[in-house]
Amino acid sequence: MSTETTVQPPAPGRKINRITERIIESFFELGIDPTQVIKLSGIGCSSKAPAYFLSSAHGFNSVHGRMPSVATGAVVGNRKMIAIGVSGDGDTGAIGIGQFVHLMRRNLPMIYIIEDNGCYGLTKGQFSPTADLGSTLKTGVVNDLPPIDTCALAIELGASFVARSFSGDPKQLKAILKAAISHRGTAMIDVISPCVTFNDHEGSTKSYSYVKDHDEPLADVSFIPYFEEVTVEYDPGSTTEVTLHTGSRIMLRKMAEDYQPTDKMSALRLLHETMTRGEYATGILYIEPDKQDFLDLLGITDEPLAALPEAKTRPGKAVLDEIMETFR
Amino acid sequence: MSVTASAVQDTIREARSARIANDFAIQVATVNGSGSQTANLVLLRSIFQMGVPVSGKNMFPSNIAGLPTWYTIRASSKGYIGRKKEVDFLVAMNPETAREDVLTLPSGAATVYDEPLRLKDLRGDVIFYPVPFDKLITPITHDAKLRRLVRNMIYDGVLSKLLSIDMAQMEKALRKQLGKKEKAIALNMSALKAGYEYAEANLPKLDPFVIEPMNKTQGMLLIEGNAAAAIGCMMAGVTFVSWYPITPSSSLCESLIDYLKKYRKDPETGKATYAVIQAEDEIAALGMVIGASWVGARAMTSTAGPGISLMAEFTGLGYYTEVPAVIFDIQRVGPSTGLPTRTAQQDVLAAAVLSHGDTQHPMLLPSSASECYTMAMDAFDLAERLQTPVFVLSDLDLGMNTWMSYPFEYPKKPLDRGKRLDEATLRRIGEFARYRDVDGDGIPYRTVPGDGMPAYFARGSGHNEKAQYSERADDYANNLDRLARKFQTARTLVPKPEVDLVRGARVGFIGYGTTHWAIVESRDQLKAERGIDVSYLRLRAYPFTKEVSDFIDACDRVYLVEQNRDAQMLSLLKMECSAVQFAKLRSIRHYIGLPIDGRSVTMELLKQEEGR
Repeated sequence: MSTETTVQPPAPGRKINRITERIIESFFELGIDPTQVIKLSGIGCSSKAPAYFLSSAHGFNSVHGRMPSVATGAVVGNRKMIAIGVSGDGDTGAIGIGQFVHLMRRNLPMIYIIEDNGCYGLTKGQFSPTADLGSTLKTGVVNDLPPIDTCALAIELGASFVARSFSGDPKQLKAILKAAISHRGTAMIDVISPCVTFNDHEGSTKSYSYVKDHDEPLADVSFIPYFEEVTVEYDPGSTTEVTLHTGSRIMLRKMAEDYQPTDKMSALRLLHETMTRGEYATGILYIEPDKQDFLDLLGITDEPLAALPEAKTRPGKAVLDEIMETFR
Repeated sequence: MSVTASAVQDTIREARSARIANDFAIQVATVNGSGSQTANLVLLRSIFQMGVPVSGKNMFPSNIAGLPTWYTIRASSKGYIGRKKEVDFLVAMNPETAREDVLTLPSGAATVYDEPLRLKDLRGDVIFYPVPFDKLITPITHDAKLRRLVRNMIYDGVLSKLLSIDMAQMEKALRKQLGKKEKAIALNMSALKAGYEYAEANLPKLDPFVIEPMNKTQGMLLIEGNAAAAIGCMMAGVTFVSWYPITPSSSLCESLIDYLKKYRKDPETGKATYAVIQAEDEIAALGMVIGASWVGARAMTSTAGPGISLMAEFTGLGYYTEVPAVIFDIQRVGPSTGLPTRTAQQDVLAAAVLSHGDTQHPMLLPSSASECYTMAMDAFDLAERLQTPVFVLSDLDLGMNTWMSYPFEYPKKPLDRGKRLDEATLRRIGEFARYRDVDGDGIPYRTVPGDGMPAYFARGSGHNEKAQYSERADDYANNLDRLARKFQTARTLVPKPEVDLVRGARVGFIGYGTTHWAIVESRDQLKAERGIDVSYLRLRAYPFTKEVSDFIDACDRVYLVEQNRDAQMLSLLKMECSAVQFAKLRSIRHYIGLPIDGRSVTMELLKQEEGR
């Protein structure tokens, strides 16, 4: 697997960002052939990310806020591909909120990552809709509007895998990503990822140091692919096991006594409670492994629509004649 | 009838003693949502079944129920199926519009009306036939809702008697319309008979209009353009459809869904060989089409004016990343929401250059139901051959109204999937570069995910021929020049115009889309009434082909006839003309929300010719 880059990263000092590194590792460790992956993005710093991983996969850097629709067409057009989309908080929460909402509703099988820094990096640091109430810009401007919680929204709308992580927690992020890759349905991951150029300062609630101090890991996530021997030590009373569609399982070590990642209400309650305390709950917040995905709903052939031969897509003359008869 | 009134009617009868067979227009004025559609289609179909060329046009409001609606049926022995300006026979069922409807009739017209409206004193030069609809419907059913629905069938019965439309044909048409619903058929038949019998007993024939059997519709169909386009899309092997409901385009996708459900199941698995998604808006609709097309599916959407505006950004992305897309635009009246249920050709300029930056898009211009069918297939082939969004510009008149057509022919050519890279081609060209002009026609080779060929990264930002991000001046300019070259290639691939150069004619018409039907009629009028020969070129696509330039050269003056205020197609044509050609170009425009008619074209041409 190649990690070579052909273009400059969006900002100096960013290198290939930490999220991109975890994506590369996750696909590699799961042994996924990159030619079976499609990478999609909208517009923004985050949206440049797909150019930096899996270079033998097809990629599409589309238009601002509209990656969900392009991904929907692509995934429905070729259901065999594993789709990963990388968006940003502006790309998702502002211009793209409409398409984001409908993507979650459809439970389209894809991994949807939000690189969430609470600001617009590419246009030099304005607030985005996920910026916390009261946080400040480098210029001293205070944000006086409440943030959109993309995780709560995704759970509410029907996404079947919703997680939040922090770019500075490689272990957790990788475990979540690997679980997401094995999930069938929309896997939405909000990754708090400080913008080192525009939003990594004292007044920002999405700076590296703020998140490090206010991160409440929801669970210790271990991802166990089904083909590996499962030898994880755990206390049965404090873990939850979830079997993913591919047969892989994830173990969530419970931090909160009564937390059920398969229960919508507890997920939403947790998000509201932690937010009130100014904390970020991280981990897999919600999962519904058996929920019917969009491809099932559409009832389409197993063979990719894009690969169907003319014999299967153009009906014969008898069909045309039959139709013509109805108009006589 | 008073003595005076009867004297007036006698005078009219003498003045119009000649029978007018198969050349008149019937207009039915009702209230939207009153269930008049069945009655109107039965009337249309029974005239058609009698072998008389006919067309039906619905003029309806943007409303679910309660506002006035008019349905016009034109019988024409000569086969003119464009709109006729004058109404000859009115059926006045709507109290709100009845007075105005009667006052605008030409002298000598006839009116069947609901008796309580008391219209007969409005004019002395119109023939009136009062019909007590409520009294006639009472014995037929006690159900108030059913009464409202079948009440309209009474006027079909009255017209059957007054216009000599065969009752057996009426019944046949009714059965065609209602299928196997025997109860509904029986109920409607009693209403039909009640109307006929009332007319027979109470309404002596005073007007000259009659339908006489002919044999001019044999082997033909009655079909709406949107249904025809839907059939074309299915036969084009469409695999992905995404759409957002909008008048007058919705019926295209709705028909398509019905056909796909019925005819496009995998015979082995029973699963769908297509996907249809009702998107959250037109932006997402085209975004999905581009995503599906990028992975190699045959993808389309259908919309109207406001949707075209919303699709601007994605159309530019499709153009620049070179992803095929088929976009039907069933044009309606703008700007903005405009008159959503009225017809126009107002998106020509917008579609031709939709999106910011330097963009150009091929457009196909169907005039008939059968062209809606063939051009649907052409559009998919062109979009994949040219790797770009292609527009099909229909309009409300063509899409939603009922047109006569010969049955459609089964396609002879296999699908053209365009330049898809394969092993052999890769060996021949040595190296894959997504945006390299290998063959000199501006069209590069393309790969799709999962085809085993090299991948590339599609992006709406600047790129070089290897699809890598680039802001270099030469990369940018070379790419844009190649795209322009590709558009020149499009010129050689799009459907050619239909040309009728009349020897000795100095004047020419250029028309496109539904304007065609008015031009056909106008040319006959000019020849018959004034002895003027007019040559004619019917555009079938943009970019313009060489035939257009040759046609202008062959004429002294060319009138481009179109249904918009700003002479949009003429503007596109002027951009490509020489100074000499430019000086020959004139414009005839029609933009009142109703389909253009032959008489208006004739009058405008004569006015401009005389004022020269």
